[in-house]
Amino acid sequence: MAMRLEIPPEAVTADPPGKGGKNRNGGRRNKPGSWKVAITRDWRLYTLVLLPLIYFAVFRYLPMAGNVIAFRQFQPGGSIFGEKWVGLKYVTLFINDPSFWQAFQNTIILGVLTLLFCFPMPIIFALMLNELRSQKFKKLVQTVAYLPHFMSVVIIAGMILQNFSMTGTVNQVANSLFGTTVNFTQDAGWFRPMYISSEVWQTMGWGAILYLAALTRVDESLYEAARIDGANRWQQTWHVTLPAIRPTIITLLILNIGTFMAVGFEKILLIYNPLNYETSDVISTYLYRVGLESSNFSYAAAIGMFESVIGLTLILSANAISKRLAGTSLW
Amino acid sequence: MVKGTTMKDTLLKRNRAGRDTGVLVKDMKVSRSMWVFRGVNLVFLLAVLFLTVYPFLNIVAQSFSSEGFINAGQVNLFPMGFNVETYRLILADSTFWNNYGNTVLYTVVATTISMVLTTSFAYAIAKKDLKGRSVFIGIAVFTMFFNGGLIPNYVLISSLGMRDTLWAVVLPNAISVFNLLIMKSFFENMPRELEEAAAIDGLTQYGVLFRVVLPLSKAIVATMVLFYAVANWNSWFQAFLYLDNPDLFPVTIYLRNMIAGVTTAGSAGGTAENVGQIAANIQSVTIVLTVIPILCVYPFVQKYFFSGVMLGSVKE
Repeated sequence: MAMRLEIPPEAVTADPPGKGGKNRNGGRRNKPGSWKVAITRDWRLYTLVLLPLIYFAVFRYLPMAGNVIAFRQFQPGGSIFGEKWVGLKYVTLFINDPSFWQAFQNTIILGVLTLLFCFPMPIIFALMLNELRSQKFKKLVQTVAYLPHFMSVVIIAGMILQNFSMTGTVNQVANSLFGTTVNFTQDAGWFRPMYISSEVWQTMGWGAILYLAALTRVDESLYEAARIDGANRWQQTWHVTLPAIRPTIITLLILNIGTFMAVGFEKILLIYNPLNYETSDVISTYLYRVGLESSNFSYAAAIGMFESVIGLTLILSANAISKRLAGTSLW
Repeated sequence: MVKGTTMKDTLLKRNRAGRDTGVLVKDMKVSRSMWVFRGVNLVFLLAVLFLTVYPFLNIVAQSFSSEGFINAGQVNLFPMGFNVETYRLILADSTFWNNYGNTVLYTVVATTISMVLTTSFAYAIAKKDLKGRSVFIGIAVFTMFFNGGLIPNYVLISSLGMRDTLWAVVLPNAISVFNLLIMKSFFENMPRELEEAAAIDGLTQYGVLFRVVLPLSKAIVATMVLFYAVANWNSWFQAFLYLDNPDLFPVTIYLRNMIAGVTTAGSAGGTAENVGQIAANIQSVTIVLTVIPILCVYPFVQKYFFSGVMLGSVKE
């Protein structure tokens, strides 16, 4: 949970569910046969699958089913599926809750800002690294830029709060340039810049890694051909490099849209405070407070389900759109 | 092998140089803009380098500074009013050591569990003729895009009686589907002949896995161990949710409570008046002490993770 999920695009495309098991490589046996045959032959493999499947059932699928408490009254200590059916009571409750809509609005704004700033930066960074001719310097920049990715979000939060504190570096700079200091960590107006800039700092380096991998596979002869056609460096980038990494860009864009609703929950939880809830409170932090601090489990579960459904819808539609327009999709 | 790679490298370099000269010969103006571009590029990357490193250096500087200078906003790259008193304070705090020990314990246990589950599942679903394989893959991949959410998870862990136990920290995120897919594609790319030969020699599927496949998979196993270990070392949220007993806290919670002001310097030995003052200093020290192990494994992680990501993404 602390590590951000980055999926190698082709790892997902490689085996779309429903297409596997067809024995494309022409193995020992060509027909899958019945379950009885399969189990007699591969029972050892099935024993290997057993524990992980139990894990997925208990820790992944049971909580999904547990979402029914959004429609049922839940009592702490009672059944995880709630006590009695209450229908849409909790859904109407949050639809009429102004704090929820504020959190919803903040989520959308932070999500859009993240897409706008945090998504393109790694691409630009990768392109610039790619133009470097000194491999040693390139390696140095990469090594350093990946570092924030390996830090605990608690440490990142600590660094943010210190750097933006009244005596921190940002205020030292502000003071010497403009002669004023700002209470960044408590002023609601400054939360978004603080959050987004730290997010760029944290994700730019590691985010570039998949683009760099894609860039190493660009065919050099394409550049040669472009040069013969009189393309300058910029045109080469525009017409050769960018099209070559387009599938990677689209795949990552789809995945980013899929995590749109989950905007840096753990980080926000660590750096926000009641003074800036106005801009910093997002759906996930709001439901955390409602559910776990005020113990309104059913109410919070209703909000959580709403959030997950939007997330799933977003990723499905992004995938469908990109399949139609660009011919690239996750599955 | 080595010779081949170097030759390819030189070839690439020549191509790159060629790309530049091609432009240079054509037009002097373009070559000047080329230099401008290169200069801007270099400046930008140097700025990235500096801005990335700066917060870390700043924390180190603060950890060795005395509170007066920190509060005056004078500490940036170098320690001011050199002081190691805070290090002595934290290192003498038994809670810190207890929590640090917990982090080590959780990391070891969680990584072991994760590796066993991930390796066995990845090995099985990498077998293309395993019946039901596509269902197994689907079950895993679906969880990347949809999850139960915070509240149902919390309710589940509580009702399983895992609160205030190690299991609440090490079990819920045991399998990372991302790591699983990387391992799966590694196993898929192994030559089938090897395993077939071993099977003909009379090894069972277990035997093939333990005696043939795993010894050949040291690189990927090392990568996965590092991925999981780093993630577990850094994790805090599970512990924050499910642990109430301070004796069970990992060090990330120690730090979190310090940042949130729950643990003030007071409980780590400060006096009431300077509690607020030395907070920044004491946080920096804790951050430095928590980061050190990560920095120690970083060169290894760095060596392996790129190839790990490549393994997942280079697929024919």
